[in-house]
Amino acid sequence: MSDMKPRSDSTPASPERRRFVGAATATAAGLAIAPGVMLYEVAHGRAEEQAASSAVRWGMLVDATKCASGCNDCVSACSTENGWTPVAESKHPKQAPQWIRKLELQDPLTQMETNLPMLCQHCAEPPCVDVCPTGASFKRADGIVLVNRHTCIGCRYCMMACPYKARSLVHEPLNDTQKPDVPRGIGCVEACTFCVQKVDRGDGNTACAEACTAAGHNALLFGDMNDPESEISRRLRELPTKQVRADLNLNLGVRYHGI
Amino acid sequence: MASITFREVEGSSPKYWILLGFLGLFVLFGALAWNYMHHHGHVVTGMDNQIVWGLPHVFAVFLIVAASGALNVASIASVFNKPMYKPLAPLSAILSLALLLGGLLVLVLDLGRSDRLIVAMTNFNFKSMFTWNVFLYSGFFVLVGIYLWTMLDRSVKSYSKAAGTAAFIWRLTLTTGTGSLFGFLVARELYGTAMLAPMFIIMSFAYGLAIYLMVLAAAYAWTGRALGDAVMMRLKTLLAVFVAAVLYFVVVQHMTSLYFTKFHAVEAFILRDGGSLTTLFWVGQIVIGCVVPLVILLSSLGKQRTWLMIACGLVILGGIIQMYVTIIGAQAYPLDMFPGLTEKSSFFDGEIHTYVPSMPEFFLGLGGVAVALLATTFAVKVLRLLPASLDDASVAKLEH
Amino acid sequence: MAGKMKRLLALGAVVLTTTALAWAGSDAQPKAGGESKRMITKAEQCVEPTDYMRRNHMKVLNHHRDETVIEGIRTKKYSLKECINCHASEETGSVAAAKDDFCVSCHSYAAVKIDCFDCHSTKPQGSVAMHPLNAETAHYKHKLAAQTKSKISAEEMAGVAQ
Repeated sequence: MSDMKPRSDSTPASPERRRFVGAATATAAGLAIAPGVMLYEVAHGRAEEQAASSAVRWGMLVDATKCASGCNDCVSACSTENGWTPVAESKHPKQAPQWIRKLELQDPLTQMETNLPMLCQHCAEPPCVDVCPTGASFKRADGIVLVNRHTCIGCRYCMMACPYKARSLVHEPLNDTQKPDVPRGIGCVEACTFCVQKVDRGDGNTACAEACTAAGHNALLFGDMNDPESEISRRLRELPTKQVRADLNLNLGVRYHGI
Repeated sequence: MASITFREVEGSSPKYWILLGFLGLFVLFGALAWNYMHHHGHVVTGMDNQIVWGLPHVFAVFLIVAASGALNVASIASVFNKPMYKPLAPLSAILSLALLLGGLLVLVLDLGRSDRLIVAMTNFNFKSMFTWNVFLYSGFFVLVGIYLWTMLDRSVKSYSKAAGTAAFIWRLTLTTGTGSLFGFLVARELYGTAMLAPMFIIMSFAYGLAIYLMVLAAAYAWTGRALGDAVMMRLKTLLAVFVAAVLYFVVVQHMTSLYFTKFHAVEAFILRDGGSLTTLFWVGQIVIGCVVPLVILLSSLGKQRTWLMIACGLVILGGIIQMYVTIIGAQAYPLDMFPGLTEKSSFFDGEIHTYVPSMPEFFLGLGGVAVALLATTFAVKVLRLLPASLDDASVAKLEH
Repeated sequence: MAGKMKRLLALGAVVLTTTALAWAGSDAQPKAGGESKRMITKAEQCVEPTDYMRRNHMKVLNHHRDETVIEGIRTKKYSLKECINCHASEETGSVAAAKDDFCVSCHSYAAVKIDCFDCHSTKPQGSVAMHPLNAETAHYKHKLAAQTKSKISAEEMAGVAQ
């Protein structure tokens, strides 16, 4: 917990500085390399008064062949960044929210084992958004599926509708343990946000992917799937990937390699 | 028609007040249960992130389905022009309103943020079945309310048929909407089928009529009014047809699923390996809810009032169990995200999810039932809903 | 009738405020040293005049909230996080942990339930009291240091409550 803190605190704080850094990088990159790269950089360094744009579609590539068995770093990083209690520390494990979890798969015939993290798939056609009676469940312009806790009434219809079991209800009062950047509360449904607070800050990465890279596994790659020059787009072009429950044709924001 | 006189029940006997107090007590328990759940959050219930809809939903959906079914008798009278049913219509309308009220109360009080009901009333997403249901429920209150008015007020009596037809069409739509709450879910194997809408409609016929018959018989027995066999035997036959139809739909649904290999595992879970859920399905839903009532209703046993009441009671009990199996059963079976592979995780993927309802959930559900019965008990005292007599002689006159 | 109510309310307000001030004064003075140390830490200059904010803070907050949640616009003006950064009490590091904290003090007086803090943290990123030079809040520090001594009068309170 405490050793994770310095990282989140050391991120650029003032908007001026952030904007300057973003613009400087963009200009430098634009001058130095190619116009495409400049577009990429601008998209990441969105000014704070600028709304999320549908020109961007955030997505994640999960390389299950690199995902280490028994490694839980992405899960811990998510819990630290977003302030949810790790299930092992919860008094009510069946009722504890889990934004991301490690899934162990096995083929009963061949005994082949696969490891992968399961999280909100940020569908382009999200069933949770379709069923939400109040419109609290929504998809942001840049493809991130979120819950607006101001209008969530806790009916759990989205949890019934999600094919990935990605959503959790907050079952008990949180007693002011929330992170200032990540509001979450009793009686509302929540799920992975692709670290939207980090994305809006211009980090261009999620806590889970950062942790995976830090651990040296490099199984998670986050980026803009709409930008053909982004690393994730390049990798997605090369690697064969699958969508989970592709039969539902939901056009997922999370793509898996090696499943 | 002129021979039928409607009269309020006197409602001054100790028996009436004891009934009212008894029901009031359960309403109070329900309120306390809600307060407890609301204060501590859903952590005090048996529901979790696996079984997200629990016992309150079982009661709520049962009551809502039964509500539209309770309107049956009135519909037969005015939509299908059967004069014999006319005297029975007002009770049918009030009962359906009361049941819907009880069901909706349970539904909204089980929300994670039940204090935000106003949000649900002001923010709509028209792709959501839930939103459609909000309008279907409100419309039902309005239409059945108008329908009841045309029955009670002679000056607007000529609109009765129009109002009755509108209410009839609306209630069919309403139950289609209730069934589609589950039918429009892509994630779960046991849902996501158009079958659920017509199945819920036929279930509403059976459950609503069973409740109606019990309330009617109780009201007449406790007020000492005459209730002849002519009425009861007609309704008995009708109930038998509805229960048989429910059984038919359940059989067809499971037979269809059994034909598809991808549904084999989940069907095996419900029909064979599901432990208490399997028992509830076979013993509760099929035997208690359908087979035994059918035997009673179709044999000579059904001619006796006591046995008829037992059959109605079993249909109601079987109906609640059916809702339990439908709602909990589909959630207890894990989502199959990777067909053909076994799944394991800290989030209970790949495991059968267990559910043990808690006391507050149970009392919240019972509170809804109590609200429905309390409203009906109160309504028959203040409104002229019940004919003074339904003996065979006065009913026979209606036929001509 | 209404007039009488108003007078009663005002009287109650005066009594309450006097008591509160007496209590706050006795408790806070010795610890604070040269710098003023009040329960309600009030910035010298809010994003709008105090009078406007007292009546319309939810209007601007709700508007900003929708922009932030739905569109991802996270400007600082009118953001709840910035309100908290500035108004958190130095005692509790929070705007709503104790009854004298900024949000609670007025809301309990006006008997209006606050719904924000079921979900939102009541504390700035890295508490002000604990880390006075926290990166997120450093730019407010000069304001905290230069707090005005002005108290909220009973009349003002009563005005808002109505």
